[in-house]
Amino acid sequence: MIPELGQFALILALLLSAAQCVLPILGAQLRNRALIAVARPAVAGQAVFVGLAFAILTFAFVTQDFSVAYVAQNSNSVLPWYYRFTAVWGAHEGSMLLWVLVLNLWTVAVAAFSRRLPDDFIARVLGVLGFISFGFLLFMVLTSNPFLRELPMPADGNDLNPVLQDPGMIVHPPMLYMGFVGFSVAFAFAIAALLGGNLDVAWVRWARPWTNVAWSFLTLGIALGSWWAYYELGWGGWWFWDPVENSSFMPWLVGTALIHSQAVTEKRGSFRAWTLLLAIFAFSLSLLGTFLVRSGVLTSVHSFAADPKRGLFILSFLAIVIGGSLLLYALRAPKVAGGEPFAAASRETLLLVNNLMFTVAAAMVLLGTLFPMIGDAFDLGRISVGPPYFGFMFVLLMLPVVLLLPFGPFVKWRSGDFKAAFRHLRPVLLLPFALLLAAWLRGGDLSAWGRAYWGVAASLWVGLGIVLYALHRWRTLPRGRRYTPEMLGMICAHFGVALFLAGVLVVEATSVEKDVRLAPNQSVTIGTLAFRFDGVKEAQGPNFRAQQGTVSVLEGDRVVATLQPQKRVYARNQQPQTESAIDPGLFRDIYVALGEPVGDDGAWAVRVYVKPFVRWIWLGALFMMFGGLLAAADRRFRRLPEGAPAPADANTTTATGVAGATA
Amino acid sequence: MNARLLPLAGFLLVLALLGFGIWWSGTHDLREVPSPLIGKPAPTFSLPLLDDPSKSLGSKELAGKPYLLNVFASWCVACRDEHPILMREGKRLGIRLVGFNYKDPADDARRWLAQYGNPYDDIVADLPGDVAIDFGVTGAPETFLVDADGIVRYKYISPITPQVIATELLPRIAKLQQGAK
Repeated sequence: MIPELGQFALILALLLSAAQCVLPILGAQLRNRALIAVARPAVAGQAVFVGLAFAILTFAFVTQDFSVAYVAQNSNSVLPWYYRFTAVWGAHEGSMLLWVLVLNLWTVAVAAFSRRLPDDFIARVLGVLGFISFGFLLFMVLTSNPFLRELPMPADGNDLNPVLQDPGMIVHPPMLYMGFVGFSVAFAFAIAALLGGNLDVAWVRWARPWTNVAWSFLTLGIALGSWWAYYELGWGGWWFWDPVENSSFMPWLVGTALIHSQAVTEKRGSFRAWTLLLAIFAFSLSLLGTFLVRSGVLTSVHSFAADPKRGLFILSFLAIVIGGSLLLYALRAPKVAGGEPFAAASRETLLLVNNLMFTVAAAMVLLGTLFPMIGDAFDLGRISVGPPYFGFMFVLLMLPVVLLLPFGPFVKWRSGDFKAAFRHLRPVLLLPFALLLAAWLRGGDLSAWGRAYWGVAASLWVGLGIVLYALHRWRTLPRGRRYTPEMLGMICAHFGVALFLAGVLVVEATSVEKDVRLAPNQSVTIGTLAFRFDGVKEAQGPNFRAQQGTVSVLEGDRVVATLQPQKRVYARNQQPQTESAIDPGLFRDIYVALGEPVGDDGAWAVRVYVKPFVRWIWLGALFMMFGGLLAAADRRFRRLPEGAPAPADANTTTATGVAGATA
Repeated sequence: MNARLLPLAGFLLVLALLGFGIWWSGTHDLREVPSPLIGKPAPTFSLPLLDDPSKSLGSKELAGKPYLLNVFASWCVACRDEHPILMREGKRLGIRLVGFNYKDPADDARRWLAQYGNPYDDIVADLPGDVAIDFGVTGAPETFLVDADGIVRYKYISPITPQVIATELLPRIAKLQQGAK
């Protein structure tokens, strides 16, 4: 009975989302206040029913109601209680439900904090969000109902995918979805502005913190995913360029361009068309990514064919949402675009380079991700382009970004002076050069192993450049105006880039990886560390058996760490899972994973890694995330400028909007 | 043309591609990829062994008995899907299973095999990918069945499934072995 209530709640939410979409938008076009007023109650009602459906599915998991097919497929009676909660989003149907739930949370927040924006504008925004929700709910009701019964009820369930039985997985998908879905706010703003034929800069100011928060969540989500892959997959790699990762990375790249472009539009009134287009792109790529992952069209050849109904629905929805918004952009953008002119040497130009590079990088990743399908289309066979392509292209595209980043803050809006900026930056430029020179003089090879030097040099350039800017502000500005939260956020995030660069390039260049056959009490040494293999024992987990190895790491006679990597076999799934053991450190990780048993004397293939600076990769991402949140916390965004018009009619000219923003 | 239509045009291309993807995987059988090599002699090659680059293996050494050549690489995601099936069913084939490590640094390949297991009887490494061009390899994974006279009898693109082994490979192998007797 209760699961049917869940399905019922979904259908009610679907109807409410239709109301939330159609009536307010219609009201805004007709200037009918009654219809406009439907928006907020519809949002609240829909959120209640989606929340109810989610609670009911969670309840079914916790009480182990295996008559629900989705529950039976993704959990079983020995699954620990905490994973029963996370199993809710362990597969397709539940992920969709989580997606809709997160969308509703964002929508409720928008409805609650938008009282000061014009009614007709916010009616359009909520209407657009309602449409997206409608599409997802319809998709669930028609093709992916999580509440389907399986009768007769199986005695026990299958299992949650063992890879997902991990603490990192508990928070990774919700964070990622918070980011993906958060871009829907910027998207809805763009569409509402295009529909209304007007882009008031005050609205962009209002939208900026939302985009920043969404971007921060996405940054955290991706970093968590990378960290999880690092310790769970037993590879020691932190990024694989596989389709699933790429689908979260593309919105991040465009989102990064978007937060910079929004800043320009809000402060200077320029880049309006870019801001609109990037807002559409960021969310479109989120949608595309969600569906590429969920439909499995890329990871597995047959999933689209398995349920053509799903594939077709997805495609039609993408066509309507993305195609529709791009068409709207093509038709209406000339009306809202335009902006202030700026000189070639100006902060605008630098941010334009940033926008271009990040957008092109996203396009490059999209191309590589869709490449297997392109191969099919031109009858070349199914081809994976793989990390060599991505790695090379990405570094190439990000090179100018890294080079120009420290200039950004030093060059003025509108008409800046590169020479003056260069004078400011000269001291930090000397340091990386000195470092490279010293490395070269010492006979270091600057091509292969030297990547570590290049990495440290780039990291110093970006990091010291931004520190220098912080000092510059300290010297030249009066107290109180030196560090607004927005400014601090920028400094923090850019400093994160420096940490990230150091982490990536040092770990790529200097990590030592050894695959060895070790019999009990045999050792292998890496640098000054000796790894002694103490043999493998059986171990028992709550719902798995494991072969647990013990590796003692010694430096001289001192035991640095005792690591216990496992090879697990879960009850329902015969595929063994590698559980690596890591001794983490700020300057190096020691990482041990078990391969296969070899020979009869208790010997195993053991993988031993020493990874210097690997934590800096995620540390950098955390700095970026905090930067985004800090900037979003700036009070300035929550103040509408004095005398800013709150246009009831949608015809306020663009010019007043610009004037309001430059004030 | 209005430049603002460009994003839409780009998206329509992507959309067409995705639509094609649905149609293609719905109507096509992945096995139906003809290769001009079928019925012709396999290219002559000689490649270093992955485990011991000082030794090499090639068409000369392999001649005389049928063998299955499986193209794989550690960077290839689809190979990870295929691998457990080779691990489980590789021994059942009854012929030599030769791994063809494609454009893959040896360390990566060895690590990959240590992790997932090694189903192959021998592994040759083609780091530059020259021999792969002779074979007409378009990507990984791909599998070639070569008979005792060095003639390519069958080619399969994309991960091998248990069905392919049962319906395509085993009957052909049985026929080859009958012919040999």
